[in-house]
Amino acid sequence: MGFKDQLSRALAFYDEVLRLPHRSEIKRELRDEDDIFYLLSFSEMLGIPNPVSYYTLELYPEMVEEFHDWHLRMGMEKSPIDGIRCC
Amino acid sequence: MPGIGIAVIGIIIFALGYLYYSKFIAKHIYRLDPNFRTPAHQFNDGIDFVPTKKSIVWAHHFTSIAGAAPILGPAIAVYWGWLPAFIWVVLGTVFAAGVHDFGALVLSVRNKGRSIGTLAERLIGRRAKMLFLFIILILVLMVNAVFAWVIANLFVTFPASVLSIFIQIPLAVIIGIYFLRRGKGLLFPSLLALIVMYGTAALASGIPALQIDLVSYFGGENATVAFGIDAVSIAFLIWIVILMAYVYIASTLPVWKLLQPRDYINAHQLIIGLGILYLGLLVTNPEVTAPVTRSVDDVSWFPLLFITIACGAISGFHSLVSSGTTSKQLNKESDARLVGYGGSIGEGILAIISIVAVVTLFSTQEEFLSTYSSFTTANEIGLNNFIEGAAQLATGLFIPEAIAQTIVAVVVISFAATTLDTAVRLMRYIISEIATEYKAYALTKKHVATAIAVGSSMTLVLMPGDERGFGAGGYLLWPLFGTSNQLLAGIALLLITIWLRRQGRNFLVTFIPMVFLLAMTLLAMFSQVWFEWAWYGSDSNFLLFTLGAIILIFAVWICLEAYLLFKNDKTKALEDDDR
Repeated sequence: MGFKDQLSRALAFYDEVLRLPHRSEIKRELRDEDDIFYLLSFSEMLGIPNPVSYYTLELYPEMVEEFHDWHLRMGMEKSPIDGIRCC
Repeated sequence: MPGIGIAVIGIIIFALGYLYYSKFIAKHIYRLDPNFRTPAHQFNDGIDFVPTKKSIVWAHHFTSIAGAAPILGPAIAVYWGWLPAFIWVVLGTVFAAGVHDFGALVLSVRNKGRSIGTLAERLIGRRAKMLFLFIILILVLMVNAVFAWVIANLFVTFPASVLSIFIQIPLAVIIGIYFLRRGKGLLFPSLLALIVMYGTAALASGIPALQIDLVSYFGGENATVAFGIDAVSIAFLIWIVILMAYVYIASTLPVWKLLQPRDYINAHQLIIGLGILYLGLLVTNPEVTAPVTRSVDDVSWFPLLFITIACGAISGFHSLVSSGTTSKQLNKESDARLVGYGGSIGEGILAIISIVAVVTLFSTQEEFLSTYSSFTTANEIGLNNFIEGAAQLATGLFIPEAIAQTIVAVVVISFAATTLDTAVRLMRYIISEIATEYKAYALTKKHVATAIAVGSSMTLVLMPGDERGFGAGGYLLWPLFGTSNQLLAGIALLLITIWLRRQGRNFLVTFIPMVFLLAMTLLAMFSQVWFEWAWYGSDSNFLLFTLGAIILIFAVWICLEAYLLFKNDKTKALEDDDR
């Protein structure tokens, strides 16, 4: 391996060290935004009245994967929706 | 003796400690299993739990724990001669800090990446959680007060560094917002930011107009400004108020906007700084002029040495970093040795260069003795001496001394400012958590909790003083910072000891450092609280007496908890560790 390769590998490593916390922080911010959207869509599952839940339920099959992670984060071990369930 | 000798002996002992002692601990005590499924794999969510290469985790862990504290402690402790400080840094790192950081990491990995605070609660109960929260609260309060004072002191002493530090803030925000939005790499923009900062520092050290020197604006050191207060005190007051206003804003912003990009710039500063100092040491090869040991009349080295150097020998703060963040990124359990033990070795290397920079600064031993005339003076000027000593080492790399001094001051202030941001943010969380425990929900709000954190820190840094006015008492708090830090380390070591005992393994490797640390803390606090700060003491000070008494009570509390745990063997609350 030449000096140039070693240098570029060292720089890539260094860059990765810097990016690691930043990437997770950006992802965390995005996840928080997503969580708020899910809360607005499925707030009835947490006992908050939602006049449009009849319509937002239609979104459920589209986001079943993310929904599973969301209800776990919200402290519900099992999916609160009967019928088609994620777990 | 040449300064290189100290550094080489220290590094050889560190290397032996890593190669043999940490290997022994990894194999026979913590029994690392490369096939164990770490929390990073168990709960991989791409955010907190991310399996990461061990070299990257090590670098990240090291830059998180290394700051201004391992520089400041040793620079003060050389007051008793360089040998005691050197021995404590070396042996403390190898036998106490290494097993502590490493153990906190392993314990957390074995328990779903939970933090030390949560583990304490599971192990001992809610009482332990409150004890833990209060100790951290005291610790971060001390950090805020001490570091605000340190930064204000450096701004007054090295006015050429002010502009660079202030330029760092917008640069960090630009990196945080502009470059990440475009998904570009962070390395070159943050290096560019560093070049701009150091360029500014170089210019400011030669152009007085660029130096924000409040003392000279008010008419020089001997001028009286208002209400009989002199220019230096007013400068302190203004800087502390500005700093506190800044940390209020910085600690309420999302971390990716300012705190994290600043950490990148600081990571460069840490690596470049260490590189320059060690290279400079090799080139200049200065002689050690400080005495090997020294008998003094005012403050005995025993037990105060062990709390004057906390970070750099052993620091409880590291257990928070190990268990809170690093444990969630460990790819294999066997990586814990490099990350935990290796991280504390890195901190030890920083503490060694701090000792070398200070003990080689003076041209004669008499000069050293007259500069370090009393322990109070040592607290006051330790950091300034490090900056001058480090600048002298940097001249070996053809950097003019005035510029080097400003740049080293910028590095130290950057570290201290980042620590201050993090500590205020942490204090805010803890105030919220304690308020939740006691159902005082009004205090859990972000701005209320931050206002309490900033207000109490500012009061603490401005209150203890003497005839020199504002800011004169900041250095009195350093030993208290050391004790609260050691208490935290004591709790972490207690938890690791309990875990090892339950596994039926040899727990002496953590038990002995724990007993030593708690004994030193109790001794130091007892002697200072009863014989110095009490109303009948030699140096009566109500504020220090109160804080010292609180820490003393906490220390006794930990000892009682440890005794009860060992007596009742109530350790079933921890997770099984799959063996």
